[in-house]
Amino acid sequence: MLRRASMLLARRPILAARARPFSTDLPAAPSADATFTEAWTKVIPNMDPPKTSLSFMQPRPPTPSSIPSKLTVNFVLPYASELATKEVDMVIVPATTGQMGVLPGHVATIAELKPGVLSVHKGSEVTKYFVSSGFVFIHANSFADIIAVEAVPLDRLDVNLVQKGLAEFTSKLSSATTDLEKAEAQIGIDVHSALNSALTG
Amino acid sequence: MAMAAIRREGRRFAPLISPRPITAVRSSPLYPTLEDEGPLGVRHISTQVVRNRMKSVKNIQKITKAMKMVAASKLRAIQTKTENSRGLWQPFTALLGDLPSADVNKNVVVTISSDKGLCGGINSTSVKISKGLHKLNSGPEKETKYVILGEKAKAQLVRDSKKDIELIITELQKNPLNYTQVSVLADEILKNVEYDALRIVFNKFQSVVSFVPTVSTVLSPEIVEKEAESGGKLGDLDSYEVEGGETKGEILQNLAEFQFSCTMFNAVLENACSEQGARMSAMDSSSRNAGDMLDRLTLTYNRTRQASITTELIEIISGASALEG
Repeated sequence: MLRRASMLLARRPILAARARPFSTDLPAAPSADATFTEAWTKVIPNMDPPKTSLSFMQPRPPTPSSIPSKLTVNFVLPYASELATKEVDMVIVPATTGQMGVLPGHVATIAELKPGVLSVHKGSEVTKYFVSSGFVFIHANSFADIIAVEAVPLDRLDVNLVQKGLAEFTSKLSSATTDLEKAEAQIGIDVHSALNSALTG
Repeated sequence: MAMAAIRREGRRFAPLISPRPITAVRSSPLYPTLEDEGPLGVRHISTQVVRNRMKSVKNIQKITKAMKMVAASKLRAIQTKTENSRGLWQPFTALLGDLPSADVNKNVVVTISSDKGLCGGINSTSVKISKGLHKLNSGPEKETKYVILGEKAKAQLVRDSKKDIELIITELQKNPLNYTQVSVLADEILKNVEYDALRIVFNKFQSVVSFVPTVSTVLSPEIVEKEAESGGKLGDLDSYEVEGGETKGEILQNLAEFQFSCTMFNAVLENACSEQGARMSAMDSSSRNAGDMLDRLTLTYNRTRQASITTELIEIISGASALEG
């Protein structure tokens, strides 16, 4: 009993002192949560309803009437958030249909990415990453979310290993028998040739 | 001083001084003391039992303290990974929203739990929430299936919901958690289970003492289309142009799979963090309890020891005074 009281007391200052933005509760609960909470309390009255992902997210700003000057980019990987709400001028993403340039005021789009170079332009500086694949969501309020499975800055790539990998997968494709092996070898070739062109081009 | 001590002890342990009250002593429920015979038939009340208990409680205290340290170090390692992965599911929720109240026919509840025990109540909370979701989504034409990750949830759910379990996955944390492993897992689940909505139940790690049960919903592309058409939260999904691929459906399919693997990755990491944190606090309270128990046992041990010394002294002294007088 004492421990629960001390936990309650401890929880308040923890909430106040926490600087992490992701754990703040939304000021007004969205309607989807309300229907869920209601339905839950009707069926299971003696347990608190579980929290949902929406309550752990900061709300996005609505679409402004005029085109904003900067594009806000979130570039996330499973292991890190490379860029979090960074204001940039332009990003060029390697979509499956080719390199796509994204400027503020771009129409809302969902695009799948293929292995290639992602470049972030801010003023005069350009940062380039090689992404393996992923998705990009461009929202109407000039927010761009880039989610990639793996991304490395270009200077971390080794030319020799790329050439070796390309040769290896080409030989694997010619010796492949089943469809699965052929598909795997083809994927290897795609990625390595993209790496190659990223390093040379 | 010895006489004063004897008088004090004698007052407290008057019943022990009477000749051979073996039955009275032996029937004591808590600490049955053994009597052993010394030379000249002098009775000593043995402190062996209490000493054994003290030794075992001290060992338990050492073990639980060590377990707490181990859990603390594992927590530190996995906490940075978890915080870095928190950005991963946010873009999906920003795009597709979160519809836990979506009314669908085929629900799949993915319960994430730990393999090892001694971690407090987090696994029971997850199982209770999963059962609650099952109840919430029950109705005509609706079915809810379970996919279980972790031994503890398996043990609890196999007992009464055996027919609803689709897939059981254990030994998740044998190798350090990484995205490749989780995406292979997600692929397996998506291949083998038919679903309209996947609800992932896990404990979100807020701090070392606070773990919040959370449910993340991932909808299948068909349901997403349906919700988008009917307006409401996903109404403006149609305004998004879909680049690439032959059809919009193909991209949405890939999107749903990617969303599932990303949310799973974050959920698995958060649950692992919560497990270590809960184990830390459980082991901490265990050590504290063991310490309290040890204090009480020490007092009893000292009392028993002093009582036997007093008895001996009294017998010797009364024997000596009997010889004199």
